[in-house]
Amino acid sequence: MSFDLENLVSDLDIRGAVLYFKGNVDSEVINKALDLVEGKLLTTRETPRLRKKVYNVLVESLQNLYHHADRIPRGYHASRSDRFGLVVMEKLGKGYRITTCNFVAAAHVGELEEKLTRINRSTPEEIKELYKEILNHQEITAKGLGGLGLLDIARKTGHRIDFRFKRYDDLNTAFRLSAVIAPA
Amino acid sequence: MEPIIIEGTPKTPSIKFDAKDGVFEIKGRSIPENSVEFYKPLNEWLDTYMQGPLDKTVVNIRLEYFNTSSSKCILDVFKRLEAIHRSKHDVEINWFYEEDDEDMLEAGEDYDSIIKVPFKMIEIVE
Repeated sequence: MSFDLENLVSDLDIRGAVLYFKGNVDSEVINKALDLVEGKLLTTRETPRLRKKVYNVLVESLQNLYHHADRIPRGYHASRSDRFGLVVMEKLGKGYRITTCNFVAAAHVGELEEKLTRINRSTPEEIKELYKEILNHQEITAKGLGGLGLLDIARKTGHRIDFRFKRYDDLNTAFRLSAVIAPA
Repeated sequence: MEPIIIEGTPKTPSIKFDAKDGVFEIKGRSIPENSVEFYKPLNEWLDTYMQGPLDKTVVNIRLEYFNTSSSKCILDVFKRLEAIHRSKHDVEINWFYEEDDEDMLEAGEDYDSIIKVPFKMIEIVE
Protein backbone atom coordinates (compact mmCIF):
# COMPACT_ATOMS: atom_id res chain seq x y z
CA MET A 1 0.00 0.00 0.00
CA SER A 2 1.36 3.43 -0.88
CA PHE A 3 2.06 5.96 1.84
CA ASP A 4 -0.62 8.42 2.89
CA LEU A 5 -0.37 11.11 5.59
CA GLU A 6 -3.17 9.22 7.31
CA ASN A 7 -0.68 6.45 8.04
CA LEU A 8 0.89 8.80 10.57
CA VAL A 9 -2.33 9.01 12.59
CA SER A 10 -3.43 5.38 12.46
CA ASP A 11 -3.19 5.24 16.27
CA LEU A 12 -5.60 8.15 16.74
CA ASP A 13 -9.37 8.04 17.12
CA ILE A 14 -10.24 9.67 13.81
CA ARG A 15 -13.83 8.41 13.76
CA GLY A 16 -14.61 9.96 17.12
CA ALA A 17 -12.63 13.14 16.43
CA VAL A 18 -14.04 16.59 17.14
CA LEU A 19 -12.39 17.72 13.91
CA TYR A 20 -10.75 15.85 11.06
CA PHE A 21 -9.53 17.34 7.81
CA LYS A 22 -7.07 16.30 5.13
CA GLY A 23 -6.32 18.45 2.11
CA ASN A 24 -5.35 21.96 1.11
CA VAL A 25 -5.31 24.10 4.26
CA ASP A 26 -6.31 27.49 2.87
CA SER A 27 -7.98 30.45 4.62
CA GLU A 28 -11.47 29.14 3.92
CA VAL A 29 -10.68 25.74 5.42
CA ILE A 30 -9.18 27.42 8.49
CA ASN A 31 -12.30 29.59 8.92
CA LYS A 32 -14.62 26.59 8.66
CA ALA A 33 -12.54 24.48 11.05
CA LEU A 34 -12.43 27.28 13.64
CA ASP A 35 -16.18 27.92 13.36
CA LEU A 36 -16.94 24.23 13.69
CA VAL A 37 -14.73 23.71 16.73
CA GLU A 38 -15.84 26.90 18.44
CA GLY A 39 -19.48 25.86 17.99
CA LYS A 40 -18.80 22.37 19.33
CA LEU A 41 -16.85 23.67 22.33
CA LEU A 42 -19.74 25.95 23.25
CA THR A 43 -22.03 22.94 23.56
CA THR A 44 -19.68 21.34 26.10
CA ARG A 45 -19.22 22.12 29.78
CA GLU A 46 -15.61 23.12 29.29
CA THR A 47 -14.47 26.17 31.20
CA PRO A 48 -14.01 29.38 29.18
CA ARG A 49 -10.30 29.12 30.00
CA LEU A 50 -9.94 25.66 28.44
CA ARG A 51 -12.10 26.66 25.45
CA LYS A 52 -9.87 29.65 24.79
CA LYS A 53 -6.68 27.62 25.09
CA VAL A 54 -8.00 24.97 22.70
CA TYR A 55 -9.09 27.63 20.21
CA ASN A 56 -5.72 29.38 20.42
CA VAL A 57 -3.73 26.18 19.90
CA LEU A 58 -5.98 25.22 17.00
CA VAL A 59 -5.42 28.61 15.35
CA GLU A 60 -1.63 28.23 15.61
CA SER A 61 -1.72 24.58 14.48
CA LEU A 62 -3.79 25.34 11.39
CA GLN A 63 -1.77 28.43 10.55
CA ASN A 64 1.44 26.44 10.97
CA LEU A 65 0.16 24.21 8.17
CA TYR A 66 -0.89 27.26 6.13
CA HIS A 67 2.51 28.94 6.43
CA HIS A 68 4.95 26.07 6.78
CA ALA A 69 3.68 22.93 5.04
CA ASP A 70 6.14 22.24 2.25
CA ARG A 71 5.00 21.03 -1.16
CA ILE A 72 3.88 17.43 -1.43
CA PRO A 73 6.35 14.98 -2.95
CA ARG A 74 6.18 14.30 -6.65
CA GLY A 75 3.91 11.32 -7.23
CA TYR A 76 1.96 11.77 -3.98
CA HIS A 77 -1.75 11.64 -4.69
CA ALA A 78 -3.46 14.95 -3.83
CA SER A 79 -5.58 17.44 -5.76
CA ARG A 80 -3.42 20.39 -4.68
CA SER A 81 0.28 20.39 -3.99
CA ASP A 82 0.65 23.41 -1.71
CA ARG A 83 -0.45 23.78 1.92
CA PHE A 84 -1.36 20.13 2.03
CA GLY A 85 -1.94 18.89 5.51
CA LEU A 86 -3.99 16.85 7.89
CA VAL A 87 -5.49 17.90 11.21
CA VAL A 88 -7.18 15.83 13.90
CA MET A 89 -8.64 17.19 17.11
CA GLU A 90 -9.67 14.58 19.68
CA LYS A 91 -11.28 14.75 23.07
CA LEU A 92 -8.74 13.15 25.38
CA GLY A 93 -9.82 12.57 28.98
CA LYS A 94 -10.60 16.00 30.39
CA GLY A 95 -8.66 17.78 27.66
CA TYR A 96 -8.03 17.76 23.94
CA ARG A 97 -5.26 16.68 21.60
CA ILE A 98 -4.60 18.52 18.36
CA THR A 99 -2.46 16.69 15.81
CA THR A 100 -1.26 18.00 12.48
CA CYS A 101 0.65 16.24 9.72
CA ASN A 102 2.34 17.65 6.66
CA PHE A 103 5.32 17.14 4.41
CA VAL A 104 8.62 18.82 5.16
CA ALA A 105 11.47 19.10 2.69
CA ALA A 106 14.19 16.74 3.90
CA ALA A 107 16.58 19.69 3.98
CA HIS A 108 14.40 21.40 6.64
CA VAL A 109 14.05 18.42 8.96
CA GLY A 110 17.22 19.00 10.98
CA GLU A 111 16.36 22.61 11.78
CA LEU A 112 12.78 21.77 12.73
CA GLU A 113 13.84 18.85 14.91
CA GLU A 114 16.41 21.02 16.65
CA LYS A 115 13.81 23.73 17.29
CA LEU A 116 11.31 21.29 18.78
CA THR A 117 13.94 19.50 20.85
CA ARG A 118 15.08 22.83 22.26
CA ILE A 119 11.50 23.77 23.16
CA ASN A 120 10.88 20.42 24.84
CA ARG A 121 14.06 20.72 26.89
CA SER A 122 13.22 24.24 28.07
CA THR A 123 11.49 25.22 31.28
CA PRO A 124 8.29 27.32 31.05
CA GLU A 125 10.35 30.36 32.08
CA GLU A 126 12.94 29.71 29.34
CA ILE A 127 10.15 29.30 26.76
CA LYS A 128 8.65 32.60 27.87
CA GLU A 129 12.01 34.38 27.54
CA LEU A 130 12.72 32.81 24.14
CA TYR A 131 9.26 33.87 22.94
CA LYS A 132 9.90 37.47 23.98
CA GLU A 133 13.36 37.42 22.42
CA ILE A 134 12.01 36.29 19.03
CA LEU A 135 9.02 38.62 19.27
CA ASN A 136 11.20 41.63 19.96
CA HIS A 137 14.17 40.99 17.72
CA GLN A 138 13.14 38.95 14.70
CA GLU A 139 11.71 40.44 11.54
CA ILE A 140 8.41 39.01 10.35
CA THR A 141 8.54 37.16 7.04
CA ALA A 142 5.87 35.91 4.67
CA LYS A 143 6.09 32.64 6.59
CA GLY A 144 5.58 34.26 9.96
CA LEU A 145 8.09 34.41 12.78
CA GLY A 146 10.70 31.69 13.18
CA GLY A 147 9.04 29.21 15.44
CA LEU A 148 6.89 31.61 17.46
CA GLY A 149 3.84 29.48 16.71
CA LEU A 150 5.49 26.38 18.19
CA LEU A 151 6.64 28.34 21.23
CA ASP A 152 3.13 29.69 21.69
CA ILE A 153 1.70 26.16 21.57
CA ALA A 154 4.26 25.03 24.15
CA ARG A 155 3.45 28.00 26.39
CA LYS A 156 -0.31 27.61 26.18
CA THR A 157 -0.33 23.86 26.73
CA GLY A 158 2.47 23.67 29.29
CA HIS A 159 3.26 20.21 27.91
CA ARG A 160 5.94 18.64 25.79
CA ILE A 161 5.15 18.85 22.10
CA ASP A 162 5.06 15.34 20.69
CA PHE A 163 6.56 15.07 17.23
CA ARG A 164 7.80 12.44 14.82
CA PHE A 165 9.22 12.26 11.33
CA LYS A 166 8.83 9.53 8.72
CA ARG A 167 11.07 9.53 5.70
CA TYR A 168 9.06 9.52 2.47
CA ASP A 169 11.90 9.63 -0.05
CA ASP A 170 15.31 11.30 -0.38
CA LEU A 171 13.79 14.75 -0.67
CA ASN A 172 10.67 14.60 1.49
CA THR A 173 9.72 13.66 5.03
CA ALA A 174 6.29 13.33 6.59
CA PHE A 175 5.94 15.18 9.88
CA ARG A 176 3.49 14.77 12.74
CA LEU A 177 3.03 17.22 15.61
CA SER A 178 0.70 16.74 18.59
CA ALA A 179 -0.19 19.11 21.39
CA VAL A 180 -2.31 18.24 24.41
CA ILE A 181 -4.41 20.90 26.07
CA ALA A 182 -5.54 19.85 29.54
CA PRO A 183 -7.54 21.77 32.15
CA ALA A 184 -5.41 23.62 34.70
CA MET B 1 -5.97 64.17 10.30
CA GLU B 2 -8.72 61.73 9.36
CA PRO B 3 -9.40 58.94 11.86
CA ILE B 4 -8.76 55.35 10.86
CA ILE B 5 -11.81 53.21 11.48
CA ILE B 6 -11.96 49.55 10.46
CA GLU B 7 -14.92 47.28 11.16
CA GLY B 8 -14.14 44.01 12.90
CA THR B 9 -14.54 40.61 11.24
CA PRO B 10 -14.39 37.10 12.75
CA LYS B 11 -10.61 37.13 12.12
CA THR B 12 -9.64 40.78 12.36
CA PRO B 13 -10.24 43.33 15.13
CA SER B 14 -12.17 46.56 14.95
CA ILE B 15 -9.86 49.55 14.87
CA LYS B 16 -10.71 53.08 15.92
CA PHE B 17 -7.82 55.52 16.05
CA ASP B 18 -8.97 59.12 16.17
CA ALA B 19 -6.41 61.92 16.40
CA LYS B 20 -9.08 64.38 17.63
CA ASP B 21 -9.60 62.83 21.06
CA GLY B 22 -6.40 60.80 21.33
CA VAL B 23 -8.25 57.66 22.39
CA PHE B 24 -7.38 54.64 20.25
CA GLU B 25 -8.91 51.18 20.38
CA ILE B 26 -8.16 47.70 19.01
CA LYS B 27 -10.95 45.28 19.86
CA GLY B 28 -11.99 41.73 19.03
CA ARG B 29 -10.05 38.92 17.39
CA SER B 30 -6.79 39.25 15.56
CA ILE B 31 -6.12 35.90 13.91
CA PRO B 32 -5.66 36.58 10.17
CA GLU B 33 -3.23 34.49 8.15
CA ASN B 34 -1.60 37.66 6.87
CA SER B 35 -1.40 40.07 9.79
CA VAL B 36 1.19 42.34 8.14
CA GLU B 37 -1.29 43.24 5.40
CA PHE B 38 -4.01 44.01 7.96
CA TYR B 39 -1.85 46.17 10.26
CA LYS B 40 0.00 48.06 7.50
CA PRO B 41 -2.55 50.92 7.16
CA LEU B 42 -2.73 51.27 10.93
CA ASN B 43 1.03 51.58 11.29
CA GLU B 44 1.15 54.03 8.37
CA TRP B 45 -1.54 56.10 10.09
CA LEU B 46 0.53 56.09 13.30
CA ASP B 47 3.63 57.18 11.36
CA THR B 48 1.72 60.32 10.40
CA TYR B 49 0.22 60.81 13.89
CA MET B 50 3.72 60.60 15.39
CA GLN B 51 4.65 63.82 13.56
CA GLY B 52 2.28 65.83 15.78
CA PRO B 53 0.72 63.75 18.55
CA LEU B 54 -1.67 65.08 21.18
CA ASP B 55 -0.33 65.78 24.67
CA LYS B 56 -2.01 62.60 25.83
CA THR B 57 -2.76 59.41 23.90
CA VAL B 58 -4.72 56.57 25.47
CA VAL B 59 -4.73 53.18 23.77
CA ASN B 60 -7.26 50.52 24.75
CA ILE B 61 -6.48 46.96 23.69
CA ARG B 62 -9.45 44.65 24.14
CA LEU B 63 -8.49 41.46 22.38
CA GLU B 64 -10.27 38.17 22.80
CA TYR B 65 -7.75 36.18 20.73
CA PHE B 66 -4.65 36.99 18.76
CA ASN B 67 -2.30 34.77 16.80
CA THR B 68 1.49 34.86 16.83
CA SER B 69 1.69 36.66 13.51
CA SER B 70 -0.48 39.46 14.96
CA SER B 71 1.71 39.60 18.06
CA LYS B 72 4.59 41.10 16.09
CA CYS B 73 2.31 43.60 14.35
CA ILE B 74 0.84 44.68 17.69
CA LEU B 75 4.39 45.13 18.97
CA ASP B 76 5.08 47.37 15.95
CA VAL B 77 2.08 49.49 16.99
CA PHE B 78 3.44 49.69 20.54
CA LYS B 79 6.93 50.65 19.31
CA ARG B 80 5.42 53.64 17.55
CA LEU B 81 3.60 54.57 20.76
CA GLU B 82 6.89 54.20 22.62
CA ALA B 83 8.49 56.68 20.22
CA ILE B 84 5.67 59.15 20.94
CA HIS B 85 6.22 58.64 24.66
CA ARG B 86 9.96 59.18 24.23
CA SER B 87 9.22 62.52 22.58
CA LYS B 88 7.78 63.75 25.91
CA HIS B 89 4.11 63.11 25.20
CA ASP B 90 1.87 61.15 27.56
CA VAL B 91 0.96 57.70 26.33
CA GLU B 92 -0.99 55.12 28.27
CA ILE B 93 -1.77 51.59 27.15
CA ASN B 94 -4.71 49.82 28.78
CA TRP B 95 -4.53 46.06 28.25
CA PHE B 96 -7.91 44.46 28.98
CA TYR B 97 -8.18 40.75 29.71
CA GLU B 98 -11.09 38.59 30.75
CA GLU B 99 -11.28 37.16 34.24
CA ASP B 100 -9.31 33.88 34.42
CA ASP B 101 -7.66 34.47 31.04
CA GLU B 102 -4.12 34.10 32.30
CA ASP B 103 -2.76 33.69 28.77
CA MET B 104 -4.03 37.14 27.78
CA LEU B 105 -2.71 38.62 31.03
CA GLU B 106 0.72 37.05 30.37
CA ALA B 107 0.70 38.38 26.82
CA GLY B 108 0.12 41.87 28.21
CA GLU B 109 2.94 41.38 30.68
CA ASP B 110 5.25 40.34 27.82
CA TYR B 111 4.58 43.62 26.03
CA ASP B 112 4.88 45.57 29.28
CA SER B 113 8.39 44.14 29.77
CA ILE B 114 9.45 45.01 26.19
CA ILE B 115 7.87 48.45 25.74
CA LYS B 116 8.79 51.45 27.83
CA VAL B 117 5.32 52.97 28.04
CA PRO B 118 2.97 53.08 31.07
CA PHE B 119 1.00 49.86 30.76
CA LYS B 120 -2.11 49.12 32.76
CA MET B 121 -3.59 45.62 33.07
CA ILE B 122 -7.34 45.77 33.46
CA GLU B 123 -9.32 42.66 34.34
CA ILE B 124 -12.82 42.44 32.91
CA VAL B 125 -15.05 40.77 35.47
CA GLU B 126 -18.25 39.35 34.05
